[in-house]
Amino acid sequence: MLSLIVFLPLAAALALLALPRLGAAAARWTWVAVAAADLALVVAAWLRYETPTAGRLAFEEQAEWIPGVNSSYHLGVDGLSLPLIAMTAVIFLACAIFALRETDRPRLQAALFLFLQSVSMGLFVAADLILFFVFFDLSIVGMYFVIAGWGHGNAARSAMKFFLYTFLGSLALLVGFIGLYIAADPHTFDMVELAEQTPLAGSSLAGGLVLAAILIGLAVKTPTVPFHTWLPPAHTDAPAIGSAVLAGVLLKMGTYGFVRIAMPMLPEAWRDWAWVIIVVGIVSVVYGALVALAQTNFKRMVAYTSVNHMGYIVLAVGAAGLVADDTAQARSVAVTGAVTQMVSHGLITGALFLLAGVLQDRAATYDMDSYGGLAGPAPRLAAFFAVGAFASLGLPGLSGFIAEFQIFTGSIAAAPVTAIALVGILLTAALFLRALQRIFTGETRGRSVGFTDLRAAEVWSVGPLLVLSLLIGVFPRPLLAVIEPAAEVVVELVGR
Amino acid sequence: MAMRPLLLLPEIVLFLGGLAVLVSGSFLPRTRQWVTRVIAAVALVAAAILAVVDLPGPAQPAMEGTFTVDTATGVARIVAALGTLIVLALASDEIAGSPRESETYALLLFSTTGTLVLAGADDLLVVVVGFLLASIPLYGLIGIARTPRGAEAAMKTYLLGALFGILLLLGVTLLYGVSATTSYADLTDRLAEAPQGVVAAGVVAVLGGLMFKAGGVPGHFWVPDAAEGAGGAVAAFLTTVPKIGAMLAAYRLIAMLPDTLAWPLLVAVLAVASMTLGNLAAYWQTDPRRLLGWSTVSQVGYLLVPVAVAGRSDLALPSLLLYLAGYTVTNLAAFAVTTTFPDRRDLDSYRGMGRARPWLGASLVVALLGLVGTPPTVVFAGKLTTTAAAWDGGLAWLAVLVFVNTVISLFYYLRWIAPVYGRVEPPAPTPPGAFVAATWSPTTAVVTAGLSLALGIGAGALWSVFSV
Repeated sequence: MLSLIVFLPLAAALALLALPRLGAAAARWTWVAVAAADLALVVAAWLRYETPTAGRLAFEEQAEWIPGVNSSYHLGVDGLSLPLIAMTAVIFLACAIFALRETDRPRLQAALFLFLQSVSMGLFVAADLILFFVFFDLSIVGMYFVIAGWGHGNAARSAMKFFLYTFLGSLALLVGFIGLYIAADPHTFDMVELAEQTPLAGSSLAGGLVLAAILIGLAVKTPTVPFHTWLPPAHTDAPAIGSAVLAGVLLKMGTYGFVRIAMPMLPEAWRDWAWVIIVVGIVSVVYGALVALAQTNFKRMVAYTSVNHMGYIVLAVGAAGLVADDTAQARSVAVTGAVTQMVSHGLITGALFLLAGVLQDRAATYDMDSYGGLAGPAPRLAAFFAVGAFASLGLPGLSGFIAEFQIFTGSIAAAPVTAIALVGILLTAALFLRALQRIFTGETRGRSVGFTDLRAAEVWSVGPLLVLSLLIGVFPRPLLAVIEPAAEVVVELVGR
Repeated sequence: MAMRPLLLLPEIVLFLGGLAVLVSGSFLPRTRQWVTRVIAAVALVAAAILAVVDLPGPAQPAMEGTFTVDTATGVARIVAALGTLIVLALASDEIAGSPRESETYALLLFSTTGTLVLAGADDLLVVVVGFLLASIPLYGLIGIARTPRGAEAAMKTYLLGALFGILLLLGVTLLYGVSATTSYADLTDRLAEAPQGVVAAGVVAVLGGLMFKAGGVPGHFWVPDAAEGAGGAVAAFLTTVPKIGAMLAAYRLIAMLPDTLAWPLLVAVLAVASMTLGNLAAYWQTDPRRLLGWSTVSQVGYLLVPVAVAGRSDLALPSLLLYLAGYTVTNLAAFAVTTTFPDRRDLDSYRGMGRARPWLGASLVVALLGLVGTPPTVVFAGKLTTTAAAWDGGLAWLAVLVFVNTVISLFYYLRWIAPVYGRVEPPAPTPPGAFVAATWSPTTAVVTAGLSLALGIGAGALWSVFSV
């Protein structure tokens, strides 16, 4: 089941590559069909999903791969990964629909995105560190070609910066993985076994160093301050669907690594360093929001709000490491909030970046001051943007609120000082309202004149993302029911 | 102890094949020199098949214990023979019908034989024989194109080779002087009791000679020049096949030494120097072959990592073999792209190749990212296991430095990938023109790049063969 979900897009990508004579329209619709089929498979998996016993995974598949180093082809899902693969499938489908109007090498683009989809799905269901790393690295390679091949502006340079920076992170991660492997007895790369064994428990220096390597690797990908500098140029120069995937899916690989790898496998080191992680989280929240506030480029602004939103997740997982007997409940709420935030941020930011793509497509600029009164000629765009902006700033009734409310409830109960990060919400609200005003209200002027409103493909790609955000905001229960048991397990593992 | 010459059958087949190529080439007209290519290919395939048949066996001493036939020797035979076969395919584009076609094939076979002698040597004197047999044909090969750059490169290689050859002999003399034997079987115990200063000097000298053959620091100066000046096929050969023998010889040497001095540290320092220097020097190269030349210097550094922990980690030998096999395939894929367009000697002249020749573009990406060590190519499996071996053998810092260097190396490989997929600026300047490919090289590039991926995904199977 999981192998099919992971490799169906890859098979379609290879088929597209092998058929150079395929027409552009056929390629685009094949992409949509395959992405929809993959989503259907994920939904089927969700319907059949039953919470596995603590420390185990559902839909497990295991086959020998490199037995010499105890690395196997091991897949499985639990409450942490299932929502993320669902979110990934949704975002890739939205991108496929959005790209129905693409004219620049549509067949290659479809193949590349299907490849990226396979890689992203594979990462979230991998239960072996080497398998995880393989997908982690391939996601970087795929995104490099997306930015370099379909980007605009200074795309080559941004792509290079993105590649070098995140590749550095991935190698730091690999160093950490090898450290875990060597410390485990018997040596293994299997995530389930490593979480059971907790190698390096009792040696705080080695444990701290290995955790540092893993944290740097994940922090670059997430990204958190001070490793975020690759993000704004990469987003600014990436194509719209590239940005949506980058922000929606690829950033989650970093935060997912915290809850999947760092916390269960190195609980002792995680508790020792919890305060550092919390501080990094708070700084990311506040700094990201402040810098976003100063932007005049719409896409850069959304990129910096990603730093801010990822900061909430880091803050929550850090707070989960402050173990005390009476806060287990609160810490579990914080982790649940963190995972919910991953899903919510993916949907909302994916939608916002696709809307930014509409600006670029019509008027070839992201500069907010070039627009004004856009709500007149483009009412649908204005409405969609307003919903996305309110969701992103955490308005109740939308998914962002559910996530951030839980994060703060849990974190403040565990460490009251984390309330400082509430400033971030205020700043985000200010910057989104200001952007809304600058672009959409007032007299229609500048590039807004003659602006064509959203077309059908754009409505049907962005709309579902926002509707899902609304659904999660109103009926969070089905999602939380999946996440909560897994979050409790993580908190219990960190408390060991 | 007995001679048991049949154990050396693959080497004998290669050498006789070389002689047959040489003799028949003298009698064949220029238009029918392709016959010698067929003879050479048959000899290589035969050697590889013989090696495969022999492979799953325990270590067997041959030639009175001076040569060992074990898994490592077997793998070296297969990889070297198939590697030279690939070089042959590249050469057929470049030198078919040229005046020195058969001589080139003969020299390739002789040098491969020398590499295999090095790979199995269990005696210092056999190391010397292998060194000479592998090096002397190489001097001829580098200069055989008779270009000014080729002549310079041949001269440089010859002088350095002579110097390091003497150094190697000096080292052997010193070690023999303090131990009265050259056989590895006896050296371990006797060197433990010998004066450590002399042992250290002798080992450093022998290792220096082997580093010349491998193209690593401190014997690396000839590599970039030779890669740039020699013909494409020869460049592919000299940056790939000799390393197989030299690295295994270094491994056997280090594994044999008694635990009296900090040998792992010595090798680790050489490894770090090689990878760092190779990477930094490759940074601003504009000729793709010279860039690959420097990149191979850095690859020697990575190959030395498992050698540093020889005998200290169970992972060391299988990971070395895995890296060697992966490196050979991947490096040949990169060179195959350069021999496809022998006139494009500037990174920028590859602009737009990704669109004009998509399969070649993809092969180049696989080859270059493979050399970086990106999964799922086989070099990734090699890099993963070699660094795990280093960490397991107590050299965690070396593993970290390997990854730091990997990041450094990424930049210059990307410098080549970027134009391949970059936008084509208004009509390309005349010298490169359209991407008209040679006949054999593109197929070779695609096949080797595919092999690099396939071996990476099937690394588990390789590992189980290598760790017997």
